[in-house]
Amino acid sequence: MQETSAQQGHVHAPPEGFIRKHVFSLDHKVIGKQYYALALVAVFVGMFLSWLMRIHLVWPNAKIPGLELLSKVGAPGGVMTPEYYLSLLTMHGTLMVFFVLTNAPFAAFGNYFLPIQIGAEDMAFPRFNMMSFWTTFLAFVVLIMAFFIPDGPPIAGWTSYSPLMAVGKDAGPGMQWGASLWGISIAIFCIASLLGSLNFIATTLDLRAKGMTLMRMPISTWAWFITSCISLLAFAVLLPACILLILDRHAGTSFFIPAGLVISDKLQPHSGGSPLLWQHLFWFFGHPEVYIAILPAMGIVSHILINSMRKPLLSAKVVIYSMMSIGFLSYMVWGHHMFVSGMNPMSSLAFSFPTLTITIPATIMTLIWLGSLYGADIQINSASLFALGFISMFVSGGVSGFFLAQPSIDIYLHGTYFVVGHFHMVMGVAALFGVFAGTYFWFPKMSGRMMNDSWGKLHFLITFIGTYCIFMPFHYLGLVGNVRRYSSFVDDFMGPDLMNLHRFITISALITGAAQFIFLFNLIYSRFKGAMAPDNPWNATTLEWSMPSPPPWNNFGDRHPIVYHDPYQYGVKGSKGDFVMQDSPEQAIASGD
Amino acid sequence: MGKIFAVVLVIVALVSAYPIIVNKYAMPEDISTHGHMIDDQLHETMWEAGLSFIGAQLVLAFFVWSFTNRKVGSPLKSFPGGARVMVIAAIVLVGTEILALGVVGQKAWATVYFTAPKPDALQIQSQAGQFAFYFRYPGADGKFGAIHPDKIDEGNQNYFGLDPANEVEARDDIVSGELVIPANREVQLLMHAKDVGHSFYVRELRIQQDFVPGLDLAVHFTATKVGKYEIVCTQLCGLGHYNMKAYLNVMSPEDYDKWMKAQEAAQ
Repeated sequence: MQETSAQQGHVHAPPEGFIRKHVFSLDHKVIGKQYYALALVAVFVGMFLSWLMRIHLVWPNAKIPGLELLSKVGAPGGVMTPEYYLSLLTMHGTLMVFFVLTNAPFAAFGNYFLPIQIGAEDMAFPRFNMMSFWTTFLAFVVLIMAFFIPDGPPIAGWTSYSPLMAVGKDAGPGMQWGASLWGISIAIFCIASLLGSLNFIATTLDLRAKGMTLMRMPISTWAWFITSCISLLAFAVLLPACILLILDRHAGTSFFIPAGLVISDKLQPHSGGSPLLWQHLFWFFGHPEVYIAILPAMGIVSHILINSMRKPLLSAKVVIYSMMSIGFLSYMVWGHHMFVSGMNPMSSLAFSFPTLTITIPATIMTLIWLGSLYGADIQINSASLFALGFISMFVSGGVSGFFLAQPSIDIYLHGTYFVVGHFHMVMGVAALFGVFAGTYFWFPKMSGRMMNDSWGKLHFLITFIGTYCIFMPFHYLGLVGNVRRYSSFVDDFMGPDLMNLHRFITISALITGAAQFIFLFNLIYSRFKGAMAPDNPWNATTLEWSMPSPPPWNNFGDRHPIVYHDPYQYGVKGSKGDFVMQDSPEQAIASGD
Repeated sequence: MGKIFAVVLVIVALVSAYPIIVNKYAMPEDISTHGHMIDDQLHETMWEAGLSFIGAQLVLAFFVWSFTNRKVGSPLKSFPGGARVMVIAAIVLVGTEILALGVVGQKAWATVYFTAPKPDALQIQSQAGQFAFYFRYPGADGKFGAIHPDKIDEGNQNYFGLDPANEVEARDDIVSGELVIPANREVQLLMHAKDVGHSFYVRELRIQQDFVPGLDLAVHFTATKVGKYEIVCTQLCGLGHYNMKAYLNVMSPEDYDKWMKAQEAAQ
């Protein structure tokens, strides 16, 4: 690849001073770590909220010490009110989807490793990059502020269906300023994501090292690249949707509010809007968002699996093309969230077929992963365990999607815990398994120290069993017809069997959540006290392992890496062992020869 | 550790599937004329999804068991047929599944949504509002009085905003907090949202449909079994969402006529 003017444009001077090095840094590696740290804070807050909700569901009158400090109105005397449950539900969903599942697998790891894996010195636009992180941070602060205002966070769920979300304070607690903060926060988040996506795309297209053709990019880089294309189109729709929502709430417009609504005994001064318009705009973003979370995890997991198997995938190309077709199809399926929403029933059929069709590339990828394991020499460590666990989770979460993709079955299962089980497994846990795998794998490169592998394996075992204990029973509840988003079950329908199942889920969630502190401790302890990491602890082939751990500020120093090979030369005879690095000029000799 | 994981995976997969296999958490009994199609579709999908689930987890466990801690120097092998076999298998197997489930399964959807209700279907209007359902029968004239949002006054039990002083149709409308219907007669439910989005879900009836503000929708169904069933809201509608419910009371035609007479007399 020729050195272009764009390639020179991204070069910046070495950072000086604490602020430039660690706070307002232009270095993609620092920005990647900042995204990771933000996601880490968000995931623990989100998990803590889920604990509170699970406890409330099975012990509705439980006094949770200290909860009244978070909200006097929402939890008088430490006992949660039904509306505060909905506030926590909204915040849990928003934090997890936006600030964890978008930030960690995509923005954090992508920022750190995409430029390195293609042999670039930094992102194409380092200043934009810094701006996208700090804009995301601002969005986070604005969202968290909702906890500390008098009427608390909104109660409309992370999907913010209108008119509930659009009408303002008449709709209930949290719907005055809390809902506005939500809208503003997400709008800001969209801007940050658009900036970030543009940067990823420009970097991938313009800054690849000499010899790094598109098909020589590691699968993880491909995943981040495809994700940034999806993200660019998805957030570009959510941003105007949020702006229209804010206008409805504060400027008296009626994009999402029709005429004749009587809320809190007041006839609302709106006319002409459509609640379904919000749903279409939201899910036009919302479904691709699922793939924004899961595609990077697929890339990371493939990248790690290949290294752990010591041989290439059956076909990396097929995996890349599958990811592309998933990305493409993700734009034609949003209506499957709306089968019973009142949209034209004919369109349900039109949305159902592409949804079912997505199963084909997803199955191809799963079969490629499974088939590649055959005859491999699998190295078991924390990273590879989470990568293998990802496959298991992806299958489990995927098969339940097959039910929900069919409109006739959705008539029964829509709005039940079946849906909750499905998306938590495939979008939540599977994507997080990708993040865990990535963390154990890349931590040595990022920090220069190894993580403790025994603690990592313990963390894996508890998390793997725990997530099945939490999310499988959700499917059973859904099959019986247990409705989601209820703060308590006061009906005569809930027999003792189902309440026992709910109790089991809560206890599993408490244990599994507690196990995450093993991970957190491992992360912090290893950062300062872990064993020193060599440059290439996993005998890996891609460019990130050809530089010191941790890498210097300008990545490759004065060296301009030249790429000679496809990314995954494993199972060969090389001078260093059974692999040949991408930037090593030596010829890989097939080990069978 | 690889072998431990393989064993854990097998146990997790089998334990997960067990309640499904023994049908421990069964769907409530279907009381509708169309529901069996949805149930059949669900069961068929359960077979295919269940087999894919168990199959994939067991293969994963088996490969992890077999290909970890191998003897030094044992050669790497490649799956016979390679990626081509995988791609063909996925397209053929999943493709057939999609066609089978997708095409055949549209019948159930079509029965609910593409067939018009019979001309003699009993028309009942339902209004969903924070946090209650109300049901309205047209009365002897067979016509509903118009809804006037500005006249809605829950204190005076004018839930639908009727104007009986000026409109003849509204005078004999019967309003009930319970959806009372006769068994084995088709009902067309006209759905009106008073404030925000809600949903009408009766598990036994295999019917779920959102109420959309500003967009009046209709669903039709026939209940076949006398009894009382819960109607719940499944669209997050505000702080009282968890408590928004009503009852569907399916009566024998005779009992229904008696109930209707009593309501008319009370007007």
